[in-house]
Amino acid sequence: MTVNMTKGQAINLQKSDGGTLTAVRMGLGWQAAPRRGLFGSRTREVDLDASAVLFADKQPVDVVFFRHLVSDDGSVKHTGDNLVGGAGSGGDDEAILVDLQRVPVHIDQIVFTVNSFTGQTFQEVQNAFCRIVDETNGQELARYTLDGGGQYTAQIMAKVHRAGTGWKMTALGNPANGRTFQDLMPSILPHL
Amino acid sequence: MTAELVRGQNHTLPQTRLEIRVSAGTPVVAGATLGDERGTVRGVEWIAHPGSPQLPGLEVSQQAAADHRLAVDLEALPAGAHRVTVLLALPVGAGGPVRFGAVPAPFVAVTGLDGTEIATFTLTDLDAESAVSALELYRRQDAWKVRAVGQGYAGGLAEMLADQGVTDPAALAGSIQEAVTRGLARSVAPPPRTPEADRVRHATGSADHRPAAPPPAPEPPEPLADPATTGPAHTTQPHTAQPHTAPGPAAAGASAAGPSTGGPINYAHPRRQHAAPPSPPPAAPPAQPGQPAQPVAGDATGWSMDERLYNQIWGMFEDLARAVAAYRSAVDFAESRMDQELDRALSDPRNRIGGAGDRSREAARAKRDELASRAREALDRDLAQLAAEAAVVEPALPAAYAGWGNPVWHAHRIPMEIPMALRIGDLHLPERTDLRIPLLVRLPLERGMWVDSGRAASEAAALMDTDRLRRLAMETAVAHAARLLAVYPPGEFAVHVIDPAGSAAGPLAPLVEAGVLAGPPAAGPGGVASVLAHLTRRVDLVQMAVRARAADSLPPDLDTGEQLLVVNDFPHGFDDRAVTQLRYLADEGPAVGVHLLMVADREEASAYGPVLDPLWRSLLRITPVADSHLADPWVGHAWTYEPLTIPPGSRVLEQVLAAVAAARRAAGR
Repeated sequence: MTVNMTKGQAINLQKSDGGTLTAVRMGLGWQAAPRRGLFGSRTREVDLDASAVLFADKQPVDVVFFRHLVSDDGSVKHTGDNLVGGAGSGGDDEAILVDLQRVPVHIDQIVFTVNSFTGQTFQEVQNAFCRIVDETNGQELARYTLDGGGQYTAQIMAKVHRAGTGWKMTALGNPANGRTFQDLMPSILPHL
Repeated sequence: MTAELVRGQNHTLPQTRLEIRVSAGTPVVAGATLGDERGTVRGVEWIAHPGSPQLPGLEVSQQAAADHRLAVDLEALPAGAHRVTVLLALPVGAGGPVRFGAVPAPFVAVTGLDGTEIATFTLTDLDAESAVSALELYRRQDAWKVRAVGQGYAGGLAEMLADQGVTDPAALAGSIQEAVTRGLARSVAPPPRTPEADRVRHATGSADHRPAAPPPAPEPPEPLADPATTGPAHTTQPHTAQPHTAPGPAAAGASAAGPSTGGPINYAHPRRQHAAPPSPPPAAPPAQPGQPAQPVAGDATGWSMDERLYNQIWGMFEDLARAVAAYRSAVDFAESRMDQELDRALSDPRNRIGGAGDRSREAARAKRDELASRAREALDRDLAQLAAEAAVVEPALPAAYAGWGNPVWHAHRIPMEIPMALRIGDLHLPERTDLRIPLLVRLPLERGMWVDSGRAASEAAALMDTDRLRRLAMETAVAHAARLLAVYPPGEFAVHVIDPAGSAAGPLAPLVEAGVLAGPPAAGPGGVASVLAHLTRRVDLVQMAVRARAADSLPPDLDTGEQLLVVNDFPHGFDDRAVTQLRYLADEGPAVGVHLLMVADREEASAYGPVLDPLWRSLLRITPVADSHLADPWVGHAWTYEPLTIPPGSRVLEQVLAAVAAARRAAGR
């Protein structure tokens, strides 16, 4: 069952059998721009990027994005930059894997963001979505549809944060503008 | 010379007194029938089975067992017997597996009385059969031959006996099974698989990795690479002890193989597959709930054990780097947060009166301590797991990956091909100094090495006097050269030494005395020039040949093996021309198999100015004493490198070099 989360909605990352989540994946998928003309390589590609920012007590400590694919502690991994998008069939074109058990003790929040590196707004991108998946069983926990999302180039998607001994996820779904996660920092901070 | 038979293949037997070894991994009944020239069994007196184990010239075991030895004397058989058929059947009613598809492929070998194998046969691709006719020994024109049969019978013993023309097969099969049941009550569990049998089963492909499982109902197909299937094959527990392991893959494998009764015969040789999949890595046994899995040596991906251990060591290296990074980052954060809070408490005017300031300072410290202790807890958990892994990996390492103290070096034999990598030292971090990660470099070497003999290199070096440090540096270099010589096939690695002032005669003695150097250590400017000229010529010629793709036009006197040039006392005895040649070798040599091993103090060469900087940078700097100067590729911690030391009093270096010299003589080089 997919939860189409609404803004600000929080879900506890507990499995139905009571165990807490151990690994989540943030997936991002979009459809490549259609090829045009003789010089197909000059098609205006759409490059969306997924990033995860690790916070300790509201201070950014580490970030996982296309220039830094694995967090220093190895708990958060980006599977690699996709510059053009996919077929738009619903598969993840970029993914960030988080091994929640191995996240260092001082990290208490991880914020996931999506940016349009090439600058197209989400209105111009076809079949774009981002989602959070329970990596252990492939179940989708949250999904946002990005296309048709208005004149924005970025989205602060969700955060996972410590709650007691486990983790909780809160959907943020906050539109913003920016090329990379750095541009988003001012918009992220109010959500911490 | 053993013939490995496939279904239907035959082989001439050189003698008539034989043993037939059966190894099945699960208890099976072994029997034999005699046939006349037309193949018919003349009566029950021509059948050897557990209920009646002895016939003239033939004896079988009285009970079901995982391993059998059948004694056969073909000349003592009853007159008119032209054929001996060896049968295997699964015992009925003992609660064990009821089809051969659920057990490892049985292995049958015909051996002489001294145990030498004449012919072997692995009965692959069995499925629902519970009885199988394994081998046939038959007379052809006064000579005896063996044929691999492998014909299975889903109807069991009775159907098989009926096929041989026995009257009332059902009654006989019943009496055989009854005799077996009596025997089983006395017998113990089968022994663990022997390595020999294991080897056979690895090579027969994944379809035969069938864990003992009861015939399951319809199951979903699962990938055969599922580690659960490979687990039981590698643990030392007997198969029957794990009757319920992963029935899905077992059935998937069985259906892929197809039943052999009535189905097409598989002529593929079970042990000669093209692009055979590598034998599966040893999987860790399932973890106890709430505890991390027990580590196993070689628990990584790779096509060979060498590669798996290499990948495992690099995995441990990365895990240690990252676990420590997590710990340091948490502690740093705790410190900086405490500093900020203390600053805030200090600048708050309300805190200047009364105990409020003290209280907030206390609170800040407590917060720091709490976070740091949680971080330490997480680190200790990770370090304990890595230490447990290191404890099992270290003794399992082959010589090339092992330290000098590892007993594997005492039994070292010069290999016929180069290993994947060579250990040149140990690395550790201050968080846990006894957790050592082997530093492995790929072979052939991609870059040369520089043993830094300078006192400014590290704290430990600064405490030593110059002469002792230099001697230690040269001894380290000699030990590295010896390791390289020992892991290369004989004659494929040559070591040249430049020792301009002859000051390293002591450390070089093991190499010189064993006679493993390409020539005596070159002394004086003349010696330096001639060795450098020789190696420069070799680099030139090989480069030209490679570029022109004319490898066969190299002069016959050129040694195309890898070359290592050990340079002591640089830059003594080097003129500008020699320095230029050395730089040329450092730049161009590694691509064509010429490597440098410099023992030098960078300070002494400072007169050359920045000209030599690229030389130093191109070499892997190692030290003769422990020194933290190597960075890992993931987080960039400063790791403490320690060279491999030869245990005091050990003669391992001399022994290994003697083995190198002996192997060269044996190879005629």
